[in-house]
Order: sequence, then C-alpha cells, then structure tokens
Amino acid sequence: MSEIGYIHSLQSLGTVDGPGVRAVIFAAGCPLRCVYCHNPDTWKMSDGTPTSAEDIARRIFRLYPYIKDGGVTFSGGEPLLQAEFFTKLSLLLKERGLHIALDTSGCMLGEGVMRLLDVVDLVLLDVKFDSEDDYFRNTGGSFLQTVAFLDELKRRNLPTWIRRVAVPELNDRREDILRLSELVSRYPNIEKVELLPFRKLCLEKYRTLGIEFPLENTPEMSEAKIRELYQYLNS
Amino acid sequence: MNENFNNAWRGFNGGEWCESVNVRDFIQKNYTPYEGGEEFLAPATERTKRLMGKLEELFKLERERGGVVGIDTETVSSLVTYPAAYLDRDDELIVGLQTGAPLVRGIHPFGGIRMARSACKAYGYTLSDKIEEQFRYRTTHNDGVFRAYTDTMRQMRHAGILTGLPDAYGRGRIIGDYRRIALYGIDYLIEQKKADKAALGKKAMTEESIRLAEELYKQISFLGFLKEMAAEYGCDISRPAENGREAVQWTYFGYLAANKEQNGAAMSLGRVGTFLDIYLERDIREGTLDEAGAQELIDQLVIKLRMIRHLRTPEYNELFGGDPMWITEAVGGMGEDGRALVTKSSFRFLHTLYNLGCSPEPNLTVLWSEKLPEGFKKYCAGVSIDTDSIQYENDDVMRPVYGDDYAIACCVSAMKVGKQMQFFGARCNLPKVLLMAINGGRDEKAGMQIGPEMPIYEGEYLDFDEVSERLEKYMAWIAEQYVSTMNVIHFMHDKYAYERTQLALHDIDVERLMAFGVAGLSVIADSLSAIKYARVKPVKNEEGLVVDYITEGDFPTYGNDDDRVDSIARGILHAFITELRKTPTYRGARHTLSALTITSNVVYGKKTGSTPDGRHAGEPFAPGANPMHNREKNGALASLNSVAKMSYEDCRDGISNTFSIVPYALGKSREEQRANLVTILGGYFVQGAHHINVNVLERQKLIDAMNNPELYPNLTIRVSGYAVNFHKLSLEQQKEVISRTFHESV
Repeated sequence: MSEIGYIHSLQSLGTVDGPGVRAVIFAAGCPLRCVYCHNPDTWKMSDGTPTSAEDIARRIFRLYPYIKDGGVTFSGGEPLLQAEFFTKLSLLLKERGLHIALDTSGCMLGEGVMRLLDVVDLVLLDVKFDSEDDYFRNTGGSFLQTVAFLDELKRRNLPTWIRRVAVPELNDRREDILRLSELVSRYPNIEKVELLPFRKLCLEKYRTLGIEFPLENTPEMSEAKIRELYQYLNS
Repeated sequence: MNENFNNAWRGFNGGEWCESVNVRDFIQKNYTPYEGGEEFLAPATERTKRLMGKLEELFKLERERGGVVGIDTETVSSLVTYPAAYLDRDDELIVGLQTGAPLVRGIHPFGGIRMARSACKAYGYTLSDKIEEQFRYRTTHNDGVFRAYTDTMRQMRHAGILTGLPDAYGRGRIIGDYRRIALYGIDYLIEQKKADKAALGKKAMTEESIRLAEELYKQISFLGFLKEMAAEYGCDISRPAENGREAVQWTYFGYLAANKEQNGAAMSLGRVGTFLDIYLERDIREGTLDEAGAQELIDQLVIKLRMIRHLRTPEYNELFGGDPMWITEAVGGMGEDGRALVTKSSFRFLHTLYNLGCSPEPNLTVLWSEKLPEGFKKYCAGVSIDTDSIQYENDDVMRPVYGDDYAIACCVSAMKVGKQMQFFGARCNLPKVLLMAINGGRDEKAGMQIGPEMPIYEGEYLDFDEVSERLEKYMAWIAEQYVSTMNVIHFMHDKYAYERTQLALHDIDVERLMAFGVAGLSVIADSLSAIKYARVKPVKNEEGLVVDYITEGDFPTYGNDDDRVDSIARGILHAFITELRKTPTYRGARHTLSALTITSNVVYGKKTGSTPDGRHAGEPFAPGANPMHNREKNGALASLNSVAKMSYEDCRDGISNTFSIVPYALGKSREEQRANLVTILGGYFVQGAHHINVNVLERQKLIDAMNNPELYPNLTIRVSGYAVNFHKLSLEQQKEVISRTFHESV
C-alpha cells in the first residue's frame, strides 16, 4: 500500500462536509476540470506535499477531542486518485474508531477504490450534472461513470449523501433538479441530498495562480433560488 | 440571631452559614440545580421595556456627546456625596445611581488628581476649584508612586516595556462579596468586623497588625456609609434581605457603593446569580413572584449594571478600548459535590441579552465544565452565535485551585469571593525584552540604555543559543524590576486609595495575588522560531543599533498545533513566572501570570520595533495568547490546540484567546451550529485550555460597521477578555480587530 500521499492541506475544522465536527484532508490532484471548481490549487498532484499516512494520522489524532463524535473527511482534489494511501490512512484512523467520509466525484472505480470503499463509512458523492453531454462539457469527465460508482455504493448499501453545486444557468433549471431527484429515488442507500450554492470566493485563488476562471461573469447563486430548488427536489 | 433573621431566613436550610459569614455554605445548602433548557424563560415586562427605552435614549445622547453625557466636576465621588437619583422612579424596581444623574460621571481624585483633571479636560470640562483646593494638600496614590519610583522604573514605563500599570487610577480587580449584605445585613457585618478588630488588638501590635487595624477601622466606617447611602433610597439594609427584590437590591447597593468609592480598572460583580436564585425560588414557592417577575428583577439589575460609568483619560482608552467596566459575572460552573451550579437564574442572566438587547456589560462569563448540563451548554452556544457577547472559562481547571465559590475579576482572573484579592499589574512587553537582549540593554527605538549594558549582538545571523542566553539574562533583570515596580504601586495604593467598601466585604485574613502579565506572546514565540528554524539577519543603523531583521526561509508559527514552536511559547511563560517568583512581593502576595492584553496589543505594537518573525515596526501584536493574525494555516482547531498547550499552572491569572469564526464555518443550520460550537468548546477545554472569547460573525459586517457606525449602535464584539460596542473602539483598534483571523470553511 502506498505510504505517501500528496496532500494539499489539512483543515482542522470542517462542519459542512459530513456530519458533526470533522477534520478535512484535501488531496492534491484531480482528473476533472469542472468549470466552477473552487479549489484550482488542488488540481495537480505534484503541487501537494508528500506526507506519510502516519504523519497525517498523528495530526488528526491531535484533534480527537473535537472530532470523536464527528469524524474525518477525505476531500480534494480527488481522493480516489490516491485510493491506496487513503485506505492505509483509514485503517490507522479506524484504530481510534473515527468516522470516515469520502468526498468524491466517483470518477473511477478500480481495485484500489474498491478497497477504499471497504473502509469508509459515508460517501459524499458529487453529482455535478445529469447528462453525459453536460457532464463532459463542464467537467471533462463522465456522468455514466458517476452512475456506475453510485451503483457500486448501492450494491454495498454504503450510506451516501448526494451533493450538487447549483450553478446559475448551468444546472439550476427545474428539469435539472427533477432529473437529479429521479436518480436519487432509485438508490435506497442515499440518505440526504445537499444543494450547495455556487460562490465566487475562489476568484482570488484563480488570480494568484494566473488561471482564467471560466465562470467569472456568472452570478453567485442566491439563497432564495436554492430554497426554490430544494422544493423541486422534494416534489 | 434576632427576629430579623428568623423572617429573612424563613424556609432556608440551616448550616455553618448561620453561625458566621459563609455565603458558599448558604448556597450549597439551599440552591436548586436546574438541568433543563431555556423554554421556561420569560420576555421583558412592559415596565422593563419602558425603562430600557429610556436608557437607550441616554446612550444615544452619550454617543452624540462624544462618549460622555456629563461630568459632575464639583463633587468627589463617594458613598454619600450624591443625593438619591433615578432613571425613572416609577418604573425602577432596583434603584441607585452612581452620581446625581444617570450616566453622569463622577470624580475620583484619590487615584490621582492629575488624571482626574486631564480626563475632565479631554471632554471639555474643568475640574472645580473646590476639588483642586481640597486636593492641594493631599497625597494621592499617583503622588505616592512617583515619589518612590526609580529612574529605571520611569524609563521602562516610558519606553513601553511595562505599560498600563495602575499607578494613576484605581487598580480594580477586587471583588467585594456583595451577597453578604443581602444574606446578613450591614449591622451583622459591622459586628463581625468589630470582633475581628478586637481580636487583633489582643496580640502584640506589629507594623502589619497596626496597618490592618487601621484598615478595619476604615472598613467599618464605610459599612456605615453604605447603610446611609441605602437609606437615602428608603432602604434599610442594616437588616438582611427578606425577599427576592430586596436580595437583588441589597447586593446591588454593595456593588454600587464600591463604584462610588473606586474607579478601579475592572469592577467585577462576582458570582451572584445562583445566590439570588435561592431568594427568587423562595418567592416563587411562596406565591409572591412568577417567572416574569423573577426575570424582571434580573433584567432591572442588569439595566443598572449597564449604566455604570467611570471617567477615563484618552491615554487610558487607548490601552483599554471601548470604555469597558468589566462588570464580570460568573455564570454556571460545577460544585465540589458534583452538582452543577447552574440554576434558572443562570439562564435569566444570559437571557437579558435578548430582553434588553446585546451589550458588552455586564461581562457574562460562563464557567465551562465537561459536566455542565447539556441544555445549558446548548443555550450558551446559541447566545454566542446570536450575540457575540459572552466568554467561556474552564471551571475544570480553576475549581481545583479556587474551589467552587470563585469569581472572575476583569477578564480571566479567578479569585475566591470574599477571601482573595488581586494586586493588578498590567503587563510586560516580551518582544521588546527580546529586542533589548539583542541590543545589549538598549531600547531599539530611542537607543537609550535602559537595561544592564552588554555589547550589541555581533554575528551576521542570529544564533538561537546565543540569543536565548541573552534573553534569559534580560528576562531575569526585567522580572526583578517588574516585581519591584508592582510593590511600589500596591504599597501606595493601600496607603492612599485603600478599597474600604470592597475590603469590608472580604474576610480579615484575605489572601493576596499579585498578577503579572505578558504581551506579545505569539510575536516572541514566532521570532524565536524564526531564529531557530530559518535564518535571521540583524540589520543595524549607523549607530550600530539593531533596528530591523531580514528573515530567510520558512519557520513554524504558533497557532498550527506544531510543537516545535508551541513549546517555545509555553517555555517562555514558564521561564517568566519562574523569574518573577524570585523577587518577594509586597504583603506576601502570591505571584501569578496572565497572557492577556485587553486592547493594549495595539499600543504595545506601536511602541515596538521590527521583530525577527517578520512583523514590521509599529504593527500591532496579536491579543492575549492568540496566534498572530493570519499565520494559522491549518484551521480553527489547530489554532485552538496551540493555545490549549499553554500551562494554566504557569499562568494562574489566565490565558486569553479570542476566536472569530464565520457562521457558515460552524455548520449550516442554527441547530447544527449550536451543537458544533458545544463540541468545539468541549474539545478545547477538555485539553486544559483556560479561556475563549467567541465571535460568530462575518468580517464584512465589521467593515460595514466601521464605515457606517450609525447603523450599528449596538454591535457587540468580544475583543479580549471583554466585549465592546464596536463603535466605541478607536479607528486603529477597529482596524486591528478586522485584520484578525476569521476562521472560514474551505
């Protein structure tokens, strides 16, 4: 198993990526290039800091008093790219009974990923778009791959939260949400659907990195609109 | 005990408290713990709303008049120098004002006549000839101190190595046990003091016992004035309180009298909530009071507390920004028998922030324990999220030291109520001591030789071992100077501005704590880390004085849960208190230490040259034990963990941490935010951390408030061990608060 992971950062306080108070580890490296990505600084694995699983585990255990009833979330970047490393890390964290959530796009499903799914407690699956076309155009990845990943989670009966960054004009129509809702209804392992409003707090990061932000002119998503979308979801 | 007591004490369980003054025993035998949630609380009554409305008008007038409604320049403030005065006689259930009119500030010349004079002048008033004449032939505390100060003490003060010393104003940080008045009445307390004095006279008289005998005389005489003061308001406090309203009123009279007599920097209330609850519960049981009535009494007491004012100079406001009073009331905590000291009145005190609106005063301080009832923890977290007005201190580390009837003076200073007092000592600028060590005892800004002379550092790069060795020497020197300075100040304060009312509400054999402090903890820790882990090149001016540093490479910074630097910070505190303990204190006080700056971190920064951590000359320090602004790279919990490593054992006077977080980073719904905040507080305190201020707000809101103060008259924010109305801070202080780290979610 890979002993070394490429880590973008460790956020010691996370409260919005899974239940309770959590430590969040951001993996470096992601195969997708979503137009609305808010972490462009996590795209390249080579930009990450090589870190041993033991070292990360040690830092997380320092947070044990806060996260014992919450847990740890692997995010990124795309943690699946370093599935072996995160499996190893999970096993270390499990020694103290920490709850582990995997925040992923579900973009791959090899043997390594299967082993990782054996050890995580919750998957936060980002279902970004609802058709192969839209998905490919806006992320470079595959919708069908996401569905295949979801099928695997269902087969395992692995608790899953679906997440969707709702972006004005891209995936915020009523029919988008109805399609998402239809998809969700077919998976009994899905416990929750979260709609996250598109924000542009990442603009500064793009500027620093000298990368153009494709959605520079797209407005942020309003709270009112999010509430409206939630209604379609529950209709 | 006579019939007064039979009626006043009806229905109470007896105990040792019936035989001698022992408020703790009374509480333990009689209080009703409350394990539930906030659902029982009542809104403000119409009467309270009218009264608060009237006060809001006065607050507005105060803002319009530049922060001071008026000054009574003709009268020396004391217990019976003003006639009875009211905010609104019809609507006031609890009465008593500091001066002849609401919010009008009194003159306290005993601390220093110069200070009184210049404070009047700062607001466009002139101290009356009458008072000037009276004090022409009187020695004030300030006069006394400066007669005894050495040249070095003056230089250290001037250079800003020691700043904020209580040498020209009341030292404060003494909490009278105001509850004693309600429980026993003044006459009984006088009898006890007379008996103490008689017993003292039976032994051979020494310098110490003569001084104490005179102090007892003063205490007894002021207990008499206290009775007179209450009589002006038609209250006979010679006897104990007979119902809830009287208990609140009698207790408040004690607090009021203390403020009429003294303008101490921090005039804390103590721990009255659970005590008063016993009276309120008895009234409810007897059918003479309902919940609305009980809340009304607490609301009205708090209205009175919000009206307390002292006259300060602009220099004072620079150090202690926002016109703070530190009317600290400790809420909650656990009893030594394992029962929580949380009562319905603990909730009622916090609930005033809703009934009367947000406010920095009183400084509501939750004594946190892992074992507090969950309903109370959740309620407190909600209050933090809604109001940014309260702070938390760890009962689980203080209770083993101070028992279960201690209170907090000022921000973080624990003391047993009525049994311990503090000699307040402001703080020492540690980064400046480091710079002085590098410069061989010379001030890095003025170049003047203040400390023992040594050659200025020679090498091209700073060597960690050599700098550490120099620092050790200069810390030892400053520690001795610091203790000596404090001894001078408190000798003179006892001599010329003794707190007669407050000490009358203490036991005779009061234990004294001498509270030293440090400023710039994170700056010195990061500077030493830079010297150790990066390369730091000193830059000299033409006179050979080191005035700047070039730091090459990375180094670990405090606030990231990194032991390499956190251990440096911890070691500094340990080394400093160890050095301080080597010099004996006035009246055998116990040395304590705090990492707390109030808002003086701005002034300290201004007086300090560039430091090896990359901080530029003049830039503010982080407050208290906080990591430097925006050097925390691993999020909120890692930052809390660094602070939690500082040892309470070394810092018995408190370790202050001010924590700001945006609402969304605490969770999505209010319910989640409350639960998560409880978890965070629990995780922090279970590691032995001492204190935290919690602000849950967006930076943008503060920027708006800075630009449009009129839109945010009541915006309250915790800045150090206290809260302020944001608009009362100076522009400089506001900017510093805005530049602090606001923890966000990624």
